[in-house]
Amino acid sequence: MTQTLTPPGEKAGGQDAGPRVARGLLAAGGVLLTVALTFLGLLAITFVIGRVVPIDPVLAVVGDRASKETYDAVRLSMGLDDPLLIQFGRYVGAVLQGDLGQSVATGRAVASDLARVFPATLEMATIGILIGVAVGVPMGVLAAARQGSWVDQVIRVVGLAGYAIPAFWLGLVGLVLFYAKLRWVGGPGRIDLFLDGMVPARTGLLLIDSVIAGNWAALRSAASHIVLPATILGFFSLAYIARMTRSFMLEQLGQEFITTARVKGVPERVVIWRHAFRPIRVQLVTVIGLSYAGLLEGSVMIETVFSWPGIGNYLTTALLNADMNAVLGATLVIGAVFIAINKGSDLLYRLLDPRART
Amino acid sequence: MTLLSVQDLRVSFPRPSGGRVEVVRGLSFDLGRERLGIVGESGSGKSMTGRALMGLIAPPGRVTAQRMQFDGTDLTKLSEKGYRALRGARMSMVLQDPKFSLNPVIRIGDQIAEALEFHTTLSAAARRAKVRDALEAVRIDDPDRVARLFPHEVSGGMGQRVMIAMMVVLEPDLMIADEPTSALDVSVREQVLAIMDDLVRRRGMGLMLISHDLNMVARWCDRILVMFNGEVVEEIGPGGLQAASHPYTRGLIASLPKLDDTRTELPVLDRAALARVNAEVRP
Ligand SMILES: Nc1ncnc2c1ncn2[C@@H]1O[C@H](COP(=O)(O)OP(=O)(O)OP(=O)(O)O)[C@@H](O)[C@H]1O
Ligand SMILES: [Mg+2]
Repeated sequence: MTQTLTPPGEKAGGQDAGPRVARGLLAAGGVLLTVALTFLGLLAITFVIGRVVPIDPVLAVVGDRASKETYDAVRLSMGLDDPLLIQFGRYVGAVLQGDLGQSVATGRAVASDLARVFPATLEMATIGILIGVAVGVPMGVLAAARQGSWVDQVIRVVGLAGYAIPAFWLGLVGLVLFYAKLRWVGGPGRIDLFLDGMVPARTGLLLIDSVIAGNWAALRSAASHIVLPATILGFFSLAYIARMTRSFMLEQLGQEFITTARVKGVPERVVIWRHAFRPIRVQLVTVIGLSYAGLLEGSVMIETVFSWPGIGNYLTTALLNADMNAVLGATLVIGAVFIAINKGSDLLYRLLDPRART
Repeated sequence: MTLLSVQDLRVSFPRPSGGRVEVVRGLSFDLGRERLGIVGESGSGKSMTGRALMGLIAPPGRVTAQRMQFDGTDLTKLSEKGYRALRGARMSMVLQDPKFSLNPVIRIGDQIAEALEFHTTLSAAARRAKVRDALEAVRIDDPDRVARLFPHEVSGGMGQRVMIAMMVVLEPDLMIADEPTSALDVSVREQVLAIMDDLVRRRGMGLMLISHDLNMVARWCDRILVMFNGEVVEEIGPGGLQAASHPYTRGLIASLPKLDDTRTELPVLDRAALARVNAEVRP
């Protein structure tokens, strides 16, 4: 890394810190405001969906054998005859208090269901994206630096495989080979049955909860269960990330400033990582963010094959049972994840690209 | 004293249809600590000549020469590592457009310091001082501020001065400038050339100034090689512009607009005469 030529403590261009702090606060306020507005828009969408679908929320509560009087009473108490704007206001208020309604299928509050299933997906997706980035980025860089070499060929094959192989097939083959035959990994589920519920849920992330509880048997079991599905997710995201990294890098390596670097007698490793890779970090942030958001939606295929109690599974079950509150709640969580990742990569963007900073 | 001696330099690329096409065809010249101009129309092989000398033609491009000697070093036998030690330290090259030739995400000072980083063992503070000197040498008044800027924050003229600073920071013996002003605003061209010329003379460097502008090259160079179609078709010594005889050169001279010009139509290159000459030279 180059060290900046600015002596530490001396800030570029400004003696007066006051206005800069004010500007920073203003920018932060702006970001919060847009996030809030986007979230409100998301709520409006889920609210409208909830009204439009031909599922009677009253029936869902009273059952289809209730008398007319009970039905009407419940309908009144649910406020379904109030003006839409009031209903929307009530909905927003409820959501802000963490009340997403009851799930018909599980009989529990949707919010507490989501608090259980989302961390399961989050844990798997995070490990998946870490694998995807840690392997995919260097692979893509290497493939671009040695265009046509064996690394490049491997990337092409992996990229194709990432497109062509269905996730459930890879999951099944993986289970048969590494679980049933070789016994290298744990089977379906998040943890061995006899350890289930042994660690108190603090974060909902089983690996971290096991560490907090100091339960190493649980940690080992949870790790052996997550490694295969997370690696498969990682494979798909690395195929995508490597392919994108490679094409971003090739674009940079054709630029004139790469010639400038070589003219200066800079070693090739520095040409690649400093001169070509630095400018693409911004684009990579977007690609990685998108890929991560995709994984956080919950891969239904992988969650089904591995009986993973994640949000993808939950949403699918809810859809099949016409469990509207659960569907809307899960949609809300996924939407919020997208907003968060979008804003996060926006901020990183500004941090990484001097041209976007001004 | 000869700094660079080139004989029968050839650069070729594979043709998609098979075989190879030569874009530099048997170039020979000697360069001392003087200013040599290379002019020629677009595609005549000027840039490829410069890049071949810098060892920057990547496969499948191929460079051959009977002799390519730089200050006692045989460039034809030099490894990539050996070349890397020369580049930036003993020979350097100013590229055309600072908008593209400077890295957009690295501070200007860091980009200038880079040559020092890999060719010297100077401390960070010593490097900083050298960067400041280099920026001052290209007449940038507030070098400390400019060093902290990113390339998009400076003008084209300033960008090209930064580029020159970057290429002279280690005081190389040879500098190649490939169309150093053609991307710049007309108003700053002369200034940039004057700065470059001043540095070259004061430090006793050899300069190879590549351009398609015969007029400009004639003003700033001691000698001129006129290239056409990958070959040198004429060499013009000091003040010898009017004596030039090759039809291509004559065409270039005739098409130079003059201040007292009353012609309504500029003459065009006499390609028929050129073809005759070429036919005589090449069986
Ligand atoms: N990678 C390549 N493969 C094949 N041909 C190439 C390649 N690079 C350059 N050429 C050809 O080499 C010839 C000489 O190019 P060069 O860039 O040296 O011209 P130039 O004299 O610098 O022209 P200009 O004034 O436009 O910069 C051109 O005809 C060009 O098409
Ligand atoms: Mg050129």
